[in-house]
Amino acid sequence: MSGPSKNTTPKASVRRRPGLFRTAWRFGRTKVGVALTALIVLIAVLGPFVAPYTPTEFVAKPYETGVDGALFGGDNLGRDVLTRFMWGGWTLLLLAGSAAAVGVAAGTVVGIIAGYRRGWVDDVLMRTNDVLLAFPQLIAALLVMSIIGPKVWLIVAVIAVSHMPRVARVIREATRKVIEQDYVKAAEAIGLPRWRIMTVEILPNVTSPLLVELGLRLTYSIGVVAVLGFLGMGLQPPTADWGLMINENRQGMAVQPWAVALPVTAIAVLTVGANLITDGLSRAAIGIDRGVEK
Amino acid sequence: MTRLIVVRLLFGALTLWAVSLVVFAATQALPGDAAQLILGRDATPERLEALRDQLNLHEPVAVQYMQWLQGILQGDLGNSFSNGLPVAEYLRSSVQSSLALMGLAALVATPVSLFIGAFSALRRDRSFDHASSMGTLVVASIPEFVVGILLILALGPGGLGLFPSVYAREGGPEQWILPVLTLALAVAPPIVRMMRATMIEVLESEYVQQARLKGVSERTVLWRHAAPNAIGPVAQVIALQLAWLAGGVVAIEFLFNFPGVGKDLMDAIENRDVPLIQAVVLLIAGIYILVNLIADVIGLAANPKVRVANR
Repeated sequence: MSGPSKNTTPKASVRRRPGLFRTAWRFGRTKVGVALTALIVLIAVLGPFVAPYTPTEFVAKPYETGVDGALFGGDNLGRDVLTRFMWGGWTLLLLAGSAAAVGVAAGTVVGIIAGYRRGWVDDVLMRTNDVLLAFPQLIAALLVMSIIGPKVWLIVAVIAVSHMPRVARVIREATRKVIEQDYVKAAEAIGLPRWRIMTVEILPNVTSPLLVELGLRLTYSIGVVAVLGFLGMGLQPPTADWGLMINENRQGMAVQPWAVALPVTAIAVLTVGANLITDGLSRAAIGIDRGVEK
Repeated sequence: MTRLIVVRLLFGALTLWAVSLVVFAATQALPGDAAQLILGRDATPERLEALRDQLNLHEPVAVQYMQWLQGILQGDLGNSFSNGLPVAEYLRSSVQSSLALMGLAALVATPVSLFIGAFSALRRDRSFDHASSMGTLVVASIPEFVVGILLILALGPGGLGLFPSVYAREGGPEQWILPVLTLALAVAPPIVRMMRATMIEVLESEYVQQARLKGVSERTVLWRHAAPNAIGPVAQVIALQLAWLAGGVVAIEFLFNFPGVGKDLMDAIENRDVPLIQAVVLLIAGIYILVNLIADVIGLAANPKVRVANR
C-alpha cells in the first residue's frame, strides 16, 4: 500500500483544500491501517536481512517444535519456520503490488478512453470488459496457470488482466462526470489534441477514485497471490513464500501450528491494514459514510 | 422492462459463448497436443498417430472447436484423460456436494447478515453499529482461505478441537460446519453493509416519516413500509455474492478436502486432465454468468423507474 501511494502524495496535495491524504489521515482507521500495513511491510522487507538461517537450511526434524535456536520450530522438511516466514513476504508484496499497479494503470487507460471517446470505441471496450468480467477472478487465474504453468510474470499478468475491467468501469464513470466540466470543453475549443486532454485535463481529476481503486485492487491482489500460492499454482518450491508455506505445512497444522499460523496471520493483518487505508481513502473521497447519506 | 431482460439474456448467452472460446483457445496453447497428454512422454509415434486420428486432431482448429461445442450443447463433455469416465458422470456427485455446500452457506449467511444489517441501521452510530461496521470491514478484507485456516487453528484439532478440519467420506455432519462457516463469513459482509445502507436510506425517506407521523406502530413501519423497499438492492447484492461463491468454493474445498467441483478442478490441474478442466471452468463460469444475470434482472425489477418506464 505505502509504496505506490507515497509516490502520488505530492501530486494530490500540491494545492486544493486539505487534499485526499490529509482528509483520509483524520480517520482513526486510516492510522490503524497504516500501522498494520507498515508492520507487515517492515517484516517482509527487513526479514531476509535479519533471519537467523538461510531459507533452505535444515535445522530440525520435520514438524519439530521446541528446538534450540529455532524459535518456531521446523517446517514440513525441517527448515527453520521463522527464517522462511521472514523470507516469504517480499515476493507476495512484490507480485501483488505489481499486479495491482499494472491492472489499475491498464484499467485507467481503458476507462478514460472509453469515457472520453464514447461511441463505438466505448461500446467495444466495455463489451470486452463484460466478457472479461464473466470469469471469476480465481478461476481465470487457475485456468491460465494450469495450461501454461505457474510463471512469475504470468501470475502478475493474469491478476492485472482480471483487475482491468473492474477498474475501467469505475474510471469510465468518473471520466464521464469530468468531461461535462467547462475546462474540458475549453480545452477542446482551443484544439488541444485528444491525448493531451485525456492526460492533462481528465487524468488529474479522476485521481480520487483512482487511488481508492488502487487500494482495493492491492487488497484483492494480495488475496489472489496468496491463494494461488496456497493452491500450489503460484511460486514454486523451494521458494519461501507465505502462500506456498501454508500449502506445504497445512498437513501438520495440528502438531506444528506455527508454520501455518505465522504466514496466515501476516496475510490477514496485511489485507486488513490495506483495506482500512482504502476505506479511509474512499471515505475521504466521498466525504461521507460510503454513500449512505446523500 | 421485458425488452431489457431479453437483451440481458441474449448478452449472457453471448458472454457464455465467448467464455467457451477462451476455454478452448487456452487448451490449444498447451505444449504438445491432447494425444501426447493422454499417452505420456514415452508413447510410440504410431500410437500417437492412431490416437490423433481417433480424437480428430488432424482437423483444422475451427472444426475441432465446432465439434467440441456441439458435444457440449448435447451434454457430452468428453471423457476424462485420467480415468476414461465421461466427464458429466464423473462430475455429477461433486456438483451435488458443491451445490449443497453453497446452498447451506447461503442459508446460514443471508438471514443472519440481513438481521445484523437491519439492526445496525436501527442502532445507527451506536456501539453495535460501530462493532458490526468494523467487523464486516475486517472479515471482508481477509482472503477466504485465510479465514478458513484461522477457523481451523482456533476450532480445529490443534485448537479447541471442536470440529474436524478435513472432510472424510465416513465422517458425520459436523465436518460440514467449518466449510459452511467459512463460506458464510466470506459472503456475509457485503450483504450486511448493503442492508444497513438501504435500511438507513429507507428509514429517512419521507414515506416512512409520513407513516410514523400518522401514528402507525414502529413494528408496522418497519415491516410494511421500510423492509419491502429495502429488499431490491439487497437482493441484488445477495445474488452477486452467490455468484462469487461459484468461484470462491475452489480454495475452500481444497482447504477442507471437500469432494466438490473445486477439488475436482485442482485434481484435474494436477493430472493435466484437460476435458475435466474445461468442463469445470465452463460450469463455474456458467453458474457465475447465470447468477449475475439473475442479479441484473432483480436489480431491474426492483427499480421502479425501469419497471414502469417501458410498460
